[in-house]
Amino acid sequence: MTTSDNAPSTRARSVANARPVPVISFVSAFFSNFIVQRFLLFLLTVWVAATVIFVLPRLTGQDPVKEKLLLEAQRGGSVQAGMNEMAKEYSSRLGLDLPIYEQYVNYMTDLAQLDFGYSIAYFPRTVNEIIADSIIWSIGLMTVTLTLGFVLGTGAGALLGWSRSPGWLSYAFMPLLTLSAIPQYMLGLVLMFIFAIMLNLLPFFGAYSPGNLPEWSLGFILDVLKHSILPALSILFSAVGFWAIGMRGMMINTQGEDFMVQADAKGLNGARIFVRYAIRNALLPQVTGLAISFGTLLTGAVLVEVLFQFPGLGNTLFYAIRVSDFFQITGIVMTIIISLALATMVIDLVYPLIDPRVKYTQN
Amino acid sequence: MVTTEQDTRLDVASNDDYALRIEGLKVYYGTPRGLVKAVDDVSFNLRPGERFALVGESGSGKSTLAMAIMRLTREPGHIAGGHIYLGDRDLVEMEEKQIRSIRLSEMALVPQGAMNSLNPVMRVGDQIIDGIMDHVPPGEGAPNRTELNTRIHDLLVRVGLDPTVARLHPHELSGGMKQRVAMAIAISLNPHIIVADEPTSALDVVVQRQIMQTLGRLQEGLDAAVLLVGHDMGLVAQFADTIGVMYAGKLVEVGTVPDVFKDPKHPYTKLLIQSLPSFDISRQFVGIPGMQPALLNLPPGCAFNPRCPSVHERCFREVPEYLNLDVGRGVACHLFDEEATN
Amino acid sequence: MARVASARNLTMRTRVRLARRRFGIFYQERIEPIFSYGRRNPSLIVGLGMLGALLFFTVIGMLVYGRTEPHITGRAQDSRLDAYVSGGAPVQDKRLPPSWCTWCEDIVELEADEKPSLFQYPMGTDTQSRDLFATNLRGIPLTLGTGLIAGLLSVGIGTITAFVAAYYRGVPDVLIRLLTDVGISIPGLLILIIIRIQLGTELVWWQLGAGLAAVGWVFSSRTVRSQVLVLREQPYVEIARQSGMSGLAIIFREMMPNLIPYITASFVASVAGSILASIGLEALGLGDFSSPSLGMTVYWVIQFGAITLGMWWWWLFPLVFIVIIFVSLFLISAGLDEWSNPRLRRQA
Repeated sequence: MTTSDNAPSTRARSVANARPVPVISFVSAFFSNFIVQRFLLFLLTVWVAATVIFVLPRLTGQDPVKEKLLLEAQRGGSVQAGMNEMAKEYSSRLGLDLPIYEQYVNYMTDLAQLDFGYSIAYFPRTVNEIIADSIIWSIGLMTVTLTLGFVLGTGAGALLGWSRSPGWLSYAFMPLLTLSAIPQYMLGLVLMFIFAIMLNLLPFFGAYSPGNLPEWSLGFILDVLKHSILPALSILFSAVGFWAIGMRGMMINTQGEDFMVQADAKGLNGARIFVRYAIRNALLPQVTGLAISFGTLLTGAVLVEVLFQFPGLGNTLFYAIRVSDFFQITGIVMTIIISLALATMVIDLVYPLIDPRVKYTQN
Repeated sequence: MVTTEQDTRLDVASNDDYALRIEGLKVYYGTPRGLVKAVDDVSFNLRPGERFALVGESGSGKSTLAMAIMRLTREPGHIAGGHIYLGDRDLVEMEEKQIRSIRLSEMALVPQGAMNSLNPVMRVGDQIIDGIMDHVPPGEGAPNRTELNTRIHDLLVRVGLDPTVARLHPHELSGGMKQRVAMAIAISLNPHIIVADEPTSALDVVVQRQIMQTLGRLQEGLDAAVLLVGHDMGLVAQFADTIGVMYAGKLVEVGTVPDVFKDPKHPYTKLLIQSLPSFDISRQFVGIPGMQPALLNLPPGCAFNPRCPSVHERCFREVPEYLNLDVGRGVACHLFDEEATN
Repeated sequence: MARVASARNLTMRTRVRLARRRFGIFYQERIEPIFSYGRRNPSLIVGLGMLGALLFFTVIGMLVYGRTEPHITGRAQDSRLDAYVSGGAPVQDKRLPPSWCTWCEDIVELEADEKPSLFQYPMGTDTQSRDLFATNLRGIPLTLGTGLIAGLLSVGIGTITAFVAAYYRGVPDVLIRLLTDVGISIPGLLILIIIRIQLGTELVWWQLGAGLAAVGWVFSSRTVRSQVLVLREQPYVEIARQSGMSGLAIIFREMMPNLIPYITASFVASVAGSILASIGLEALGLGDFSSPSLGMTVYWVIQFGAITLGMWWWWLFPLVFIVIIFVSLFLISAGLDEWSNPRLRRQA
């Protein structure tokens, strides 16, 4: 046939066109690369967060950190040995005595090396050591609950939004979804009361029984699992609801698309239309949503850790706040921010693999 | 029903002589403000290999009718009555599962050109395959990958596309190419009825002609009956054998293209033909005065009465019945009541 | 003159009839559509009803309870509503269950003359002898107020930035988009924790709300901006632009009416999000310790281990209020979703 018909569409989305990158300018090619751009956004995110944390308190002209350090140093005692040196070190590097740009350079250098300094409360220990102890618990709890929540919620939402689902489904699910509007830690409170206090079925705090020491044995793992059920359920419940509501809306929108009519007109079997046409397309905004709502879900989970005294980052943060351990707080907050930014970057980088309209190279 | 009686009297034919028989089909939409009769008591026949075109302005119910024939009416619409006979099977009575097996294998839809009718996340080739795979008769083995590849290759060539298009995603295709892919899917199981619902809308004029030519070629190759829905009388006239004019949910005139153009019966058809731009006679461009009434509050009597130049007292009282004037020729207008009875 | 005279000559009856008819038209045109829409969108109505009931309960409670005499005489408080802070119960260091709960076991043995009357402490007292009914009554408006301030500011900033970005394009667009992209991937609560810690002072409810808006506006901005981008390409906006309508006129006359559902939905979402974050912040111990807000009650509940102490009244009542707030906001936002996207309405 004629060529005019076969020319690539000019109406295609602007991001979608994979054009050969001009070889003339390597630099422009480098920066127009999606991966590079996304990595720069990651760096920008971390930098902005770090700068905000640095600048805001200095706007007040006070230095509560220094006051706290001096206070601790005055208390003296054997444990506090070295606290004086630490206070001096702080004043000379990050205190108000120095011009602000030098403080900033020092602060950023430390951050670039992921060095968050010493803990004030547990002085000889570094913040990094404390984070290393607790982060493993958080990662375990979060990955399991957030993945399971996404999978179960998306599945439930897909069924809820599917016009051919039996009617009782919406009666069964909608009250559950409404309940998922309850904050995670509030739900945790109820679960704790019912299962740990009233029924006395499950332990109500900690990640393992007090006498146990962490080790790789079956008994210990079972103990941990038993302790994790309640915190995990509290997070899971609202995560499932969150994703189900989003997916339901997307499924309903997708069913209004032209290609769904055409899929019916092709006489495809129902299961194929449901999975390959409806879910496959409705899933795309869900994945984008994953990147956006990670933060909200995670901060909720922090409070669940506090409630159940689960020894993860959230609980450690809570104790650091109680004793005003500034370095530990900053360290944990920055760790969470960096891991979140990393996670969202990974999602954004994976996204083009599932949506063919988005390509790694942009024009 | 009078129409049916007259049908049997005038054209002595059984269901087998027709590829498709529509009898008194009604498609209604329930809206909060009342029932909208989008298609109201429409009957017509489609012979094997016939090219039947439905024309009418937008909102006349022609696309609704096409979708109802495929049993693709969606909520809040529903088929409120009538029959669609495919051979001697009535599609209106059919189970969802049966109708699915008939779609594509016996009757296929070429969608509107303006629609994004291809799944954006699947390769073109896979979208041709899944239709084939879901229509493998029970007990028969599914075709293997090489067989499928040759079929895709063959189908794409038949609709005038490069076979490499199979590996592309829909967003990489132009509007015309997408429409060709849709046609390749439609003919993938050699259906004997093709419903083409404004296949050229939103395409530019050159591409429109090419698409219509391709559709014509495919129709000849398959010897399938085509039900073409369009609003462009000129484009449709070049393609079709028979033309059906719809107005406000009713079929107001049916006839062969030469008959209808030479001797339009219904005042609306006359106006439609007069309003066609023409090179031969230099005259003023004429439109049809007034607007199609909203389907929710149709005027009493004939729906065309506010715009009709030959309106008379009876048109405000009675809804004109569809009258068969000859085999495959009919009109719904009070002007012809006597002619039909004589 | 004649018209005035005739208007004066109207009899009382005619006036009443006229007023009734005028009201009838008003009712038919304005009120009835709301009801008939409400029937089609039950979640919006149920949500608004729940929130309304909560507010009604609070206002009535404050009016009634605020007028009763403080239990302890000789104190400066003029009503029991304010007596909670320093502890209003007659018996210090005693935890009383709700006084109507006759079957509840007292945690501490009380002397016969210390027994409170039936509705003296409708929600009991906490370990510091605070009247929890008064605490909750004071806490609900504080918590809602924080959310309201945060929601209004977020949506205000978000909408303005969205318009600036989407309408003027170019450099402002790039900057605002970058800022929202970055802002969304930084959890605002964590930034607030740092700010609050470094400030060293406690934030009162409206300061907390303003702080939450400072980190929360990016979400509103993103939602509104994506809608403005869609609207900007609509033919009628294009026509308005070509016919020489000014930018502000286009924004307010052509685009705003279509954005209202999205802005409202974004407002409800940010109120809910801000209340969630404020309770979280307070539960972490970063709230105003002299404030009786619901979040602070949660903090004390965790601090004093109310659950293990068996003091169910301490956590159950604020929990119920928090659940009512979140579920009603959830239903309202689901209803608004349906309003702006009628497709979501199921056939069932």
